[in-house]
Amino acid sequence: MTERQFTVDDLHRILVEGAGETEGGALGPDTIDTTFDELGYESIALLETGSRIEREFGVSLSDEDVMDSRTPRGLIEAVNTRLGTTSGAAV
Amino acid sequence: MTDPVVVTGLGIVSPTGLGTAPYWSATRRGVSGIGPITRFAADGYPARLAGEINGFVAGEHLPGRLLPQTDRMTQLALVAGDWALADAGITPADLPAFDMGVCTASAQGGFEFGQNELRNLWSQGSRYVSAYQSFAWFYAVNSGQLSIRNGMKGPSGVVVSDQAGGLDAVANARRQIRKGTAVMVTGAVDASLCPWGWVAQLASRRLSTSDDPDRAYLPFDERANGHVPGEGGAILVMERASRAVARGAHVYGQVAGYGATFDPAPGSGGQPGLARAIRLALAEADLPPENVDVVFADAAGIPELDQAEADAITEVFGPYGVPVTAPKTMTGRLYSGAAPLDLAAALLAMDEGLIPQTVNVTPAERYRLDLVTDHPRAAQLCSALVLARGYGGFNSAVLLRSGYPQRVAAAR
Repeated sequence: MTERQFTVDDLHRILVEGAGETEGGALGPDTIDTTFDELGYESIALLETGSRIEREFGVSLSDEDVMDSRTPRGLIEAVNTRLGTTSGAAV
Repeated sequence: MTDPVVVTGLGIVSPTGLGTAPYWSATRRGVSGIGPITRFAADGYPARLAGEINGFVAGEHLPGRLLPQTDRMTQLALVAGDWALADAGITPADLPAFDMGVCTASAQGGFEFGQNELRNLWSQGSRYVSAYQSFAWFYAVNSGQLSIRNGMKGPSGVVVSDQAGGLDAVANARRQIRKGTAVMVTGAVDASLCPWGWVAQLASRRLSTSDDPDRAYLPFDERANGHVPGEGGAILVMERASRAVARGAHVYGQVAGYGATFDPAPGSGGQPGLARAIRLALAEADLPPENVDVVFADAAGIPELDQAEADAITEVFGPYGVPVTAPKTMTGRLYSGAAPLDLAAALLAMDEGLIPQTVNVTPAERYRLDLVTDHPRAAQLCSALVLARGYGGFNSAVLLRSGYPQRVAAAR
Protein backbone atom coordinates (compact mmCIF):
# COMPACT_ATOMS: atom_id res chain seq x y z
CA MET A 1 0.00 0.00 0.00
CA THR A 2 1.35 3.40 -0.98
CA GLU A 3 1.52 5.76 1.92
CA ARG A 4 -0.59 8.86 1.35
CA GLN A 5 1.32 12.10 1.52
CA PHE A 6 -0.20 15.35 2.69
CA THR A 7 0.92 17.99 0.17
CA VAL A 8 0.85 21.76 -0.07
CA ASP A 9 -1.92 21.41 -2.66
CA ASP A 10 -3.99 19.39 -0.19
CA LEU A 11 -3.49 22.04 2.45
CA HIS A 12 -4.45 24.83 0.07
CA ARG A 13 -7.61 23.03 -1.03
CA ILE A 14 -8.69 22.20 2.53
CA LEU A 15 -7.94 25.70 3.83
CA VAL A 16 -10.04 27.26 1.09
CA GLU A 17 -12.91 24.79 1.59
CA GLY A 18 -13.06 25.31 5.31
CA ALA A 19 -11.92 28.86 5.87
CA GLY A 20 -12.07 30.62 2.51
CA GLU A 21 -9.50 32.09 0.19
CA THR A 22 -7.24 34.97 1.16
CA GLU A 23 -6.36 37.81 -1.16
CA GLY A 24 -2.89 36.33 -1.55
CA GLY A 25 -4.11 33.41 -3.69
CA ALA A 26 -2.78 29.85 -3.73
CA LEU A 27 -0.34 28.45 -1.22
CA GLY A 28 2.89 27.54 -2.93
CA PRO A 29 6.68 27.51 -2.62
CA ASP A 30 6.69 31.29 -2.01
CA THR A 31 4.35 31.17 0.95
CA ILE A 32 5.07 27.81 2.51
CA ASP A 33 7.14 29.48 5.23
CA THR A 34 4.85 32.46 5.71
CA THR A 35 2.97 32.36 9.00
CA PHE A 36 -0.75 31.55 8.89
CA ASP A 37 -1.27 34.83 10.69
CA GLU A 38 0.36 36.74 7.85
CA LEU A 39 -1.58 34.71 5.31
CA GLY A 40 -4.81 35.85 6.99
CA TYR A 41 -5.84 32.64 8.78
CA GLU A 42 -6.62 32.95 12.48
CA SER A 43 -6.85 30.21 15.11
CA ILE A 44 -10.42 29.18 14.29
CA ALA A 45 -9.46 28.78 10.63
CA LEU A 46 -6.70 26.42 11.75
CA LEU A 47 -9.04 24.46 14.03
CA GLU A 48 -11.45 24.02 11.13
CA THR A 49 -8.61 23.05 8.81
CA GLY A 50 -7.24 20.53 11.32
CA SER A 51 -10.66 18.98 11.69
CA ARG A 52 -11.04 18.63 7.92
CA ILE A 53 -7.58 17.10 7.55
CA GLU A 54 -8.48 14.53 10.24
CA ARG A 55 -11.69 13.61 8.43
CA GLU A 56 -10.16 13.30 4.99
CA PHE A 57 -6.87 11.65 5.88
CA GLY A 58 -8.07 9.51 8.77
CA VAL A 59 -5.45 10.88 11.15
CA SER A 60 -5.73 12.21 14.64
CA LEU A 61 -4.09 15.59 15.19
CA SER A 62 -3.45 17.03 18.61
CA ASP A 63 -4.22 20.65 19.38
CA GLU A 64 -0.46 21.22 19.47
CA ASP A 65 -0.02 19.70 15.99
CA VAL A 66 -2.41 22.29 14.62
CA MET A 67 -1.91 25.35 16.79
CA ASP A 68 1.89 25.15 17.12
CA SER A 69 2.37 24.80 13.37
CA ARG A 70 2.79 28.43 12.62
CA THR A 71 3.42 27.98 8.90
CA PRO A 72 2.07 25.76 6.10
CA ARG A 73 5.36 23.84 6.12
CA GLY A 74 5.02 23.21 9.84
CA LEU A 75 1.47 21.90 9.50
CA ILE A 76 2.30 19.74 6.46
CA GLU A 77 5.17 18.16 8.37
CA ALA A 78 3.02 17.59 11.43
CA VAL A 79 0.35 15.85 9.37
CA ASN A 80 2.85 13.71 7.50
CA THR A 81 4.46 12.68 10.78
CA ARG A 82 1.05 11.51 12.02
CA LEU A 83 0.38 9.77 8.71
CA GLY A 84 3.68 7.94 9.08
CA THR A 85 3.11 6.87 12.66
CA THR A 86 -0.44 5.76 12.02
CA SER A 87 0.06 4.11 8.63
CA GLY A 88 0.88 0.73 10.16
CA ALA A 89 -2.37 0.71 12.03
CA ALA A 90 -4.41 2.02 9.11
CA VAL A 91 -7.04 -0.32 7.73
CA MET B 1 -26.30 73.59 24.15
CA THR B 2 -26.99 70.01 23.31
CA ASP B 3 -25.37 68.44 20.32
CA PRO B 4 -27.92 66.20 18.58
CA VAL B 5 -27.07 62.73 17.32
CA VAL B 6 -27.67 62.50 13.59
CA VAL B 7 -27.74 59.85 10.88
CA THR B 8 -25.20 60.44 8.11
CA GLY B 9 -25.07 57.06 6.36
CA LEU B 10 -27.61 54.50 5.15
CA GLY B 11 -26.99 50.96 3.95
CA ILE B 12 -30.14 49.17 2.81
CA VAL B 13 -30.59 45.49 2.00
CA SER B 14 -34.26 44.78 1.38
CA PRO B 15 -36.58 42.55 -0.62
CA THR B 16 -37.46 45.58 -2.76
CA GLY B 17 -33.94 46.75 -3.43
CA LEU B 18 -30.25 46.40 -2.64
CA GLY B 19 -28.96 49.88 -1.91
CA THR B 20 -30.73 53.10 -1.03
CA ALA B 21 -31.63 54.26 -4.55
CA PRO B 22 -33.24 51.01 -5.73
CA TYR B 23 -35.06 50.58 -2.40
CA TRP B 24 -36.46 54.10 -2.37
CA SER B 25 -37.39 53.97 -6.04
CA ALA B 26 -39.40 50.77 -5.45
CA THR B 27 -40.90 52.08 -2.22
CA ARG B 28 -42.15 55.37 -3.64
CA ARG B 29 -43.72 53.44 -6.53
CA GLY B 30 -45.36 50.90 -4.23
CA VAL B 31 -43.56 47.88 -5.68
CA SER B 32 -43.89 44.80 -3.48
CA GLY B 33 -41.14 42.26 -2.86
CA ILE B 34 -43.46 39.62 -1.41
CA GLY B 35 -43.79 36.36 -3.32
CA PRO B 36 -43.67 32.58 -3.06
CA ILE B 37 -40.65 31.26 -1.16
CA THR B 38 -37.95 30.09 -3.56
CA ARG B 39 -35.03 29.40 -1.27
CA PHE B 40 -36.36 26.17 0.16
CA ALA B 41 -39.25 23.85 -0.67
CA ALA B 42 -42.03 25.53 1.31
CA ASP B 43 -44.94 23.57 -0.19
CA GLY B 44 -45.46 21.48 2.92
CA TYR B 45 -45.57 24.40 5.34
CA PRO B 46 -48.70 26.31 6.35
CA ALA B 47 -47.13 29.64 5.31
CA ARG B 48 -45.49 29.84 1.89
CA LEU B 49 -44.89 33.52 1.11
CA ALA B 50 -41.94 35.71 2.08
CA GLY B 51 -40.14 38.90 1.20
CA GLU B 52 -36.95 37.40 -0.21
CA ILE B 53 -33.87 39.32 -1.27
CA ASN B 54 -33.00 38.22 -4.78
CA GLY B 55 -29.76 38.72 -6.64
CA PHE B 56 -27.47 39.08 -3.63
CA VAL B 57 -24.17 37.27 -4.26
CA ALA B 58 -22.03 37.66 -1.16
CA GLY B 59 -18.81 36.77 -2.99
CA GLU B 60 -19.21 39.82 -5.23
CA HIS B 61 -18.99 42.10 -2.19
CA LEU B 62 -17.00 40.30 0.50
CA PRO B 63 -13.56 38.65 0.68
CA GLY B 64 -13.43 34.88 0.38
CA ARG B 65 -12.16 34.48 3.92
CA LEU B 66 -15.48 35.75 5.30
CA LEU B 67 -17.77 33.48 3.30
CA PRO B 68 -17.35 30.13 5.14
CA GLN B 69 -17.69 31.82 8.53
CA THR B 70 -20.84 33.90 7.96
CA ASP B 71 -24.56 33.32 7.81
CA ARG B 72 -26.54 35.10 5.13
CA MET B 73 -27.76 37.69 7.63
CA THR B 74 -24.15 38.58 8.46
CA GLN B 75 -23.14 38.79 4.81
CA LEU B 76 -26.03 41.15 4.18
CA ALA B 77 -25.19 43.19 7.28
CA LEU B 78 -21.51 43.53 6.31
CA VAL B 79 -22.40 44.75 2.83
CA ALA B 80 -25.01 47.14 4.24
CA GLY B 81 -22.34 48.37 6.66
CA ASP B 82 -19.90 49.00 3.80
CA TRP B 83 -22.57 50.95 1.94
CA ALA B 84 -23.60 52.96 5.00
CA LEU B 85 -20.01 53.99 5.75
CA ALA B 86 -19.38 54.91 2.11
CA ASP B 87 -22.63 56.90 2.10
CA ALA B 88 -21.47 58.74 5.24
CA GLY B 89 -18.14 59.47 3.61
CA ILE B 90 -16.32 57.70 6.43
CA THR B 91 -13.21 55.59 5.84
CA PRO B 92 -12.81 53.64 9.09
CA ALA B 93 -9.08 53.09 8.54
CA ASP B 94 -8.60 56.85 8.79
CA LEU B 95 -10.12 57.09 12.28
CA PRO B 96 -8.82 55.96 15.67
CA ALA B 97 -10.16 52.44 16.32
CA PHE B 98 -11.56 53.28 19.76
CA ASP B 99 -13.55 56.24 18.38
CA MET B 100 -15.85 53.88 16.46
CA GLY B 101 -18.35 51.36 17.84
CA VAL B 102 -21.11 49.00 16.73
CA CYS B 103 -24.51 48.21 18.20
CA THR B 104 -26.96 46.10 16.19
CA ALA B 105 -30.12 44.20 17.01
CA SER B 106 -30.88 40.58 16.23
CA ALA B 107 -34.09 38.65 16.55
CA GLN B 108 -33.02 35.27 15.33
CA GLY B 109 -29.32 34.81 14.73
CA GLY B 110 -27.67 32.85 11.95
CA PHE B 111 -30.37 30.24 11.45
CA GLU B 112 -29.38 29.00 8.01
CA PHE B 113 -25.75 28.51 9.03
CA GLY B 114 -26.90 26.81 12.23
CA GLN B 115 -29.29 24.55 10.39
CA ASN B 116 -26.55 23.36 8.05
CA GLU B 117 -24.23 22.58 10.96
CA LEU B 118 -26.98 20.78 12.89
CA ARG B 119 -27.55 18.70 9.77
CA ASN B 120 -23.83 17.90 9.68
CA LEU B 121 -23.90 16.98 13.37
CA TRP B 122 -26.82 14.56 13.14
CA SER B 123 -26.08 13.06 9.73
CA GLN B 124 -22.27 12.79 9.92
CA GLY B 125 -21.13 13.47 13.46
CA SER B 126 -19.55 16.16 15.57
CA ARG B 127 -16.29 16.15 13.62
CA TYR B 128 -18.22 17.52 10.63
CA VAL B 129 -19.50 20.63 12.41
CA SER B 130 -17.72 23.80 11.29
CA ALA B 131 -15.52 25.47 13.88
CA TYR B 132 -17.22 28.68 12.81
CA GLN B 133 -20.51 27.46 14.25
CA SER B 134 -18.96 28.63 17.54
CA PHE B 135 -20.06 32.17 16.62
CA ALA B 136 -21.73 32.26 13.20
CA TRP B 137 -25.21 31.49 14.59
CA PHE B 138 -24.95 33.90 17.51
CA TYR B 139 -27.12 36.99 17.97
CA ALA B 140 -24.10 39.24 18.50
CA VAL B 141 -22.26 38.06 15.40
CA ASN B 142 -23.29 40.93 13.12
CA SER B 143 -21.94 43.46 15.61
CA GLY B 144 -18.74 41.43 16.00
CA GLN B 145 -18.14 40.98 12.29
CA LEU B 146 -18.94 44.62 11.54
CA SER B 147 -16.48 45.74 14.20
CA ILE B 148 -13.73 43.38 12.97
CA ARG B 149 -14.22 44.20 9.28
CA ASN B 150 -14.08 47.93 9.94
CA GLY B 151 -11.52 47.94 12.73
CA MET B 152 -13.96 49.45 15.24
CA LYS B 153 -12.81 48.84 18.80
CA GLY B 154 -15.13 51.21 20.66
CA PRO B 155 -18.34 50.11 22.43
CA SER B 156 -19.92 47.03 20.85
CA GLY B 157 -23.11 45.22 21.64
CA VAL B 158 -26.33 43.60 20.50
CA VAL B 159 -29.94 44.09 21.58
CA VAL B 160 -32.36 41.17 21.37
CA SER B 161 -35.96 42.35 21.75
CA ASP B 162 -37.53 41.03 18.56
CA GLN B 163 -38.80 43.72 16.21
CA ALA B 164 -38.46 46.48 18.86
CA GLY B 165 -34.74 45.73 19.01
CA GLY B 166 -34.16 47.58 15.77
CA LEU B 167 -35.01 50.83 17.57
CA ASP B 168 -33.45 49.82 20.88
CA ALA B 169 -30.10 49.27 19.14
CA VAL B 170 -30.22 52.73 17.57
CA ALA B 171 -31.03 54.23 20.98
CA ASN B 172 -28.11 52.39 22.54
CA ALA B 173 -25.80 53.59 19.77
CA ARG B 174 -26.98 57.14 20.44
CA ARG B 175 -26.17 56.65 24.13
CA GLN B 176 -22.61 55.61 23.23
CA ILE B 177 -22.18 58.72 21.08
CA ARG B 178 -23.39 60.87 23.96
CA LYS B 179 -20.82 59.16 26.17
CA GLY B 180 -18.06 60.12 23.75
CA THR B 181 -17.75 57.63 20.88
CA ALA B 182 -17.39 59.62 17.65
CA VAL B 183 -19.00 57.22 15.19
CA MET B 184 -21.47 54.39 15.79
CA VAL B 185 -22.59 51.81 13.26
CA THR B 186 -26.08 50.59 14.16
CA GLY B 187 -29.33 49.16 12.81
CA ALA B 188 -30.01 45.51 12.12
CA VAL B 189 -30.32 42.83 9.48
CA ASP B 190 -32.21 39.59 10.00
CA ALA B 191 -32.47 36.79 7.43
CA SER B 192 -33.65 33.33 8.36
CA LEU B 193 -35.64 32.07 5.40
CA CYS B 194 -34.68 28.43 5.85
CA PRO B 195 -36.74 25.52 7.22
CA TRP B 196 -35.43 25.87 10.78
CA GLY B 197 -35.99 29.61 10.84
CA TRP B 198 -39.39 29.16 9.24
CA VAL B 199 -40.58 26.64 11.81
CA ALA B 200 -39.42 28.94 14.61
CA GLN B 201 -41.47 31.76 13.10
CA LEU B 202 -44.52 29.56 12.55
CA ALA B 203 -44.56 28.87 16.28
CA SER B 204 -45.70 32.45 16.87
CA ARG B 205 -48.96 31.64 15.03
CA ARG B 206 -48.75 35.12 13.55
CA LEU B 207 -47.80 34.16 9.99
CA SER B 208 -50.24 34.61 7.15
CA THR B 209 -51.19 31.38 5.41
CA SER B 210 -52.48 33.16 2.32
CA ASP B 211 -50.95 32.27 -1.04
CA ASP B 212 -51.88 35.60 -2.61
CA PRO B 213 -48.96 38.08 -2.28
CA ASP B 214 -51.39 41.00 -2.49
CA ARG B 215 -53.68 39.70 0.26
CA ALA B 216 -51.30 38.02 2.67
CA TYR B 217 -50.15 40.97 4.81
CA LEU B 218 -52.91 43.51 5.39
CA PRO B 219 -52.36 45.48 8.61
CA PHE B 220 -55.29 47.70 9.69
CA ASP B 221 -57.53 45.98 7.14
CA GLU B 222 -60.67 43.95 8.01
CA ARG B 223 -59.06 41.08 6.09
CA ALA B 224 -55.89 41.11 8.25
CA ASN B 225 -54.78 37.52 8.86
CA GLY B 226 -51.17 37.63 9.98
CA HIS B 227 -47.91 38.83 8.51
CA VAL B 228 -45.46 37.73 5.86
CA PRO B 229 -41.85 37.43 7.06
CA GLY B 230 -39.08 38.99 5.04
CA GLU B 231 -35.31 39.27 5.19
CA GLY B 232 -32.99 42.25 5.27
CA GLY B 233 -32.88 45.53 7.10
CA ALA B 234 -30.68 48.60 7.25
CA ILE B 235 -27.39 49.66 8.77
CA LEU B 236 -27.06 53.29 9.85
CA VAL B 237 -24.05 55.46 10.61
CA MET B 238 -24.57 57.96 13.42
CA GLU B 239 -22.44 60.73 14.90
CA ARG B 240 -22.82 64.11 16.59
CA ALA B 241 -24.35 66.87 14.49
CA SER B 242 -21.37 69.15 15.16
CA ARG B 243 -18.99 66.52 13.83
CA ALA B 244 -21.14 65.86 10.76
CA VAL B 245 -21.46 69.56 9.99
CA ALA B 246 -17.75 70.19 10.55
CA ARG B 247 -16.79 67.61 7.95
CA GLY B 248 -19.54 68.67 5.56
CA ALA B 249 -21.42 65.38 5.67
CA HIS B 250 -24.97 64.95 4.42
CA VAL B 251 -27.26 64.84 7.45
CA TYR B 252 -30.34 62.68 6.89
CA GLY B 253 -31.89 63.57 10.20
CA GLN B 254 -31.65 63.59 13.94
CA VAL B 255 -32.58 60.84 16.39
CA ALA B 256 -34.39 63.30 18.63
CA GLY B 257 -36.44 61.11 20.94
CA TYR B 258 -36.73 57.53 22.12
CA GLY B 259 -39.05 55.66 24.40
CA ALA B 260 -39.21 51.97 25.30
CA THR B 261 -41.81 50.26 27.48
CA PHE B 262 -42.94 46.77 28.33
CA ASP B 263 -46.54 45.55 28.26
CA PRO B 264 -48.09 44.32 31.49
CA ALA B 265 -48.60 40.60 31.98
CA PRO B 266 -51.65 39.30 30.07
CA GLY B 267 -54.71 39.29 32.29
CA SER B 268 -53.19 41.69 34.82
CA GLY B 269 -55.49 44.50 33.69
CA GLY B 270 -52.62 46.94 33.17
CA GLN B 271 -52.51 49.36 30.26
CA PRO B 272 -50.56 48.39 27.12
CA GLY B 273 -47.27 50.26 26.92
CA LEU B 274 -47.08 51.59 23.35
CA ALA B 275 -48.76 54.96 24.00
CA ARG B 276 -46.37 55.55 26.88
CA ALA B 277 -43.39 54.75 24.62
CA ILE B 278 -44.67 57.30 22.09
CA ARG B 279 -45.10 59.93 24.81
CA LEU B 280 -41.60 59.27 26.14
CA ALA B 281 -40.12 59.76 22.67
CA LEU B 282 -42.06 62.98 22.08
CA ALA B 283 -41.19 64.32 25.53
CA GLU B 284 -37.50 63.74 24.99
CA ALA B 285 -37.68 65.49 21.62
CA ASP B 286 -39.74 68.26 23.25
CA LEU B 287 -42.23 67.98 20.41
CA PRO B 288 -46.02 68.20 20.89
CA PRO B 289 -48.08 65.53 19.10
CA GLU B 290 -49.51 68.06 16.62
CA ASN B 291 -45.98 68.69 15.32
CA VAL B 292 -45.37 65.05 14.39
CA ASP B 293 -45.74 64.85 10.61
CA VAL B 294 -45.97 61.11 9.99
CA VAL B 295 -46.02 57.80 11.88
CA PHE B 296 -44.39 54.65 10.51
CA ALA B 297 -46.45 51.94 12.17
CA ASP B 298 -45.35 48.58 13.51
CA ALA B 299 -48.30 47.14 11.55
CA ALA B 300 -48.57 43.64 12.99
CA GLY B 301 -51.35 42.47 10.69
CA ILE B 302 -53.08 40.69 13.62
CA PRO B 303 -56.46 42.31 14.45
CA GLU B 304 -55.94 42.67 18.20
CA LEU B 305 -52.38 43.95 17.75
CA ASP B 306 -53.50 46.37 15.04
CA GLN B 307 -56.20 47.55 17.43
CA ALA B 308 -53.70 48.08 20.25
CA GLU B 309 -51.43 50.09 17.96
CA ALA B 310 -54.30 52.16 16.53
CA ASP B 311 -55.51 52.82 20.09
CA ALA B 312 -52.06 54.06 21.10
CA ILE B 313 -51.78 56.31 18.03
CA THR B 314 -55.27 57.78 18.43
CA GLU B 315 -54.75 58.19 22.18
CA VAL B 316 -51.72 60.42 21.55
CA PHE B 317 -52.63 62.08 18.24
CA GLY B 318 -56.42 61.85 18.18
CA PRO B 319 -58.55 60.00 15.61
CA TYR B 320 -57.22 60.55 12.08
CA GLY B 321 -54.80 62.99 13.76
CA VAL B 322 -51.58 62.15 11.92
CA PRO B 323 -50.70 60.42 8.64
CA VAL B 324 -49.76 56.78 9.29
CA THR B 325 -48.00 54.44 6.90
CA ALA B 326 -46.50 50.95 6.75
CA PRO B 327 -44.14 50.54 3.79
CA LYS B 328 -43.24 47.18 5.32
CA THR B 329 -46.37 45.90 3.54
CA MET B 330 -44.00 45.78 0.53
CA THR B 331 -41.15 43.88 2.21
CA GLY B 332 -42.86 41.74 4.83
CA ARG B 333 -41.84 42.00 8.46
CA LEU B 334 -38.04 41.92 8.74
CA TYR B 335 -37.92 41.30 12.51
CA SER B 336 -35.03 43.32 13.97
CA GLY B 337 -34.26 44.66 10.49
CA ALA B 338 -37.73 46.19 10.10
CA ALA B 339 -37.42 49.27 12.29
CA PRO B 340 -33.98 50.35 10.99
CA LEU B 341 -35.40 50.05 7.47
CA ASP B 342 -38.39 52.13 8.58
CA LEU B 343 -35.98 54.71 10.02
CA ALA B 344 -34.22 54.81 6.65
CA ALA B 345 -37.55 55.12 4.84
CA ALA B 346 -38.64 57.92 7.19
CA LEU B 347 -35.36 59.82 6.63
CA LEU B 348 -35.71 59.43 2.86
CA ALA B 349 -39.37 60.48 3.10
CA MET B 350 -38.36 63.65 4.96
CA ASP B 351 -35.62 64.32 2.40
CA GLU B 352 -38.07 64.12 -0.49
CA GLY B 353 -41.23 65.37 1.19
CA LEU B 354 -43.13 62.23 0.30
CA ILE B 355 -44.88 59.70 2.55
CA PRO B 356 -44.57 56.23 1.02
CA GLN B 357 -47.74 54.24 0.81
CA THR B 358 -49.11 51.20 2.59
CA VAL B 359 -49.83 48.77 -0.24
CA ASN B 360 -52.83 46.48 -0.73
CA VAL B 361 -54.60 47.69 2.42
CA THR B 362 -58.14 49.03 2.68
CA PRO B 363 -58.16 50.59 6.17
CA ALA B 364 -60.92 49.44 8.50
CA GLU B 365 -62.85 52.45 9.81
CA ARG B 366 -62.81 51.19 13.37
CA TYR B 367 -59.08 51.93 13.67
CA ARG B 368 -59.68 55.64 12.95
CA LEU B 369 -56.28 56.06 11.31
CA ASP B 370 -55.29 58.37 8.44
CA LEU B 371 -53.49 55.52 6.69
CA VAL B 372 -51.61 56.53 3.55
CA THR B 373 -52.79 54.00 0.97
CA ASP B 374 -53.07 53.62 -2.82
CA HIS B 375 -50.39 56.19 -3.67
CA PRO B 376 -47.66 58.13 -1.88
CA ARG B 377 -48.60 61.47 -0.34
CA ALA B 378 -46.59 64.66 -0.83
CA ALA B 379 -46.07 66.45 2.47
CA GLN B 380 -43.52 68.69 4.12
CA LEU B 381 -42.03 66.43 6.76
CA CYS B 382 -39.97 67.91 9.58
CA SER B 383 -40.45 64.99 11.94
CA ALA B 384 -41.35 61.30 11.78
CA LEU B 385 -42.21 58.76 14.46
CA VAL B 386 -41.19 55.13 13.95
CA LEU B 387 -42.87 52.42 16.04
CA ALA B 388 -41.79 48.84 16.62
CA ARG B 389 -43.10 46.09 18.84
CA GLY B 390 -41.47 42.83 19.79
CA TYR B 391 -43.02 39.46 20.57
CA GLY B 392 -43.63 39.20 24.29
CA GLY B 393 -44.48 42.81 25.04
CA PHE B 394 -41.66 45.08 23.82
CA ASN B 395 -42.70 48.56 22.64
CA SER B 396 -40.28 51.10 21.23
CA ALA B 397 -40.65 54.48 19.56
CA VAL B 398 -38.09 56.74 17.89
CA LEU B 399 -38.78 60.34 16.92
CA LEU B 400 -36.72 61.63 14.00
CA ARG B 401 -36.30 65.26 13.04
CA SER B 402 -35.33 66.13 9.50
CA GLY B 403 -31.73 66.97 8.62
CA TYR B 404 -32.75 70.34 7.25
CA PRO B 405 -31.49 72.56 10.11
CA GLN B 406 -28.09 70.89 10.08
CA ARG B 407 -27.85 71.20 6.32
CA VAL B 408 -28.50 74.92 6.52
CA ALA B 409 -25.84 75.21 9.20
CA ALA B 410 -23.39 73.26 7.05
CA ALA B 411 -24.03 75.47 4.04
CA ARG B 412 -23.24 78.67 5.90
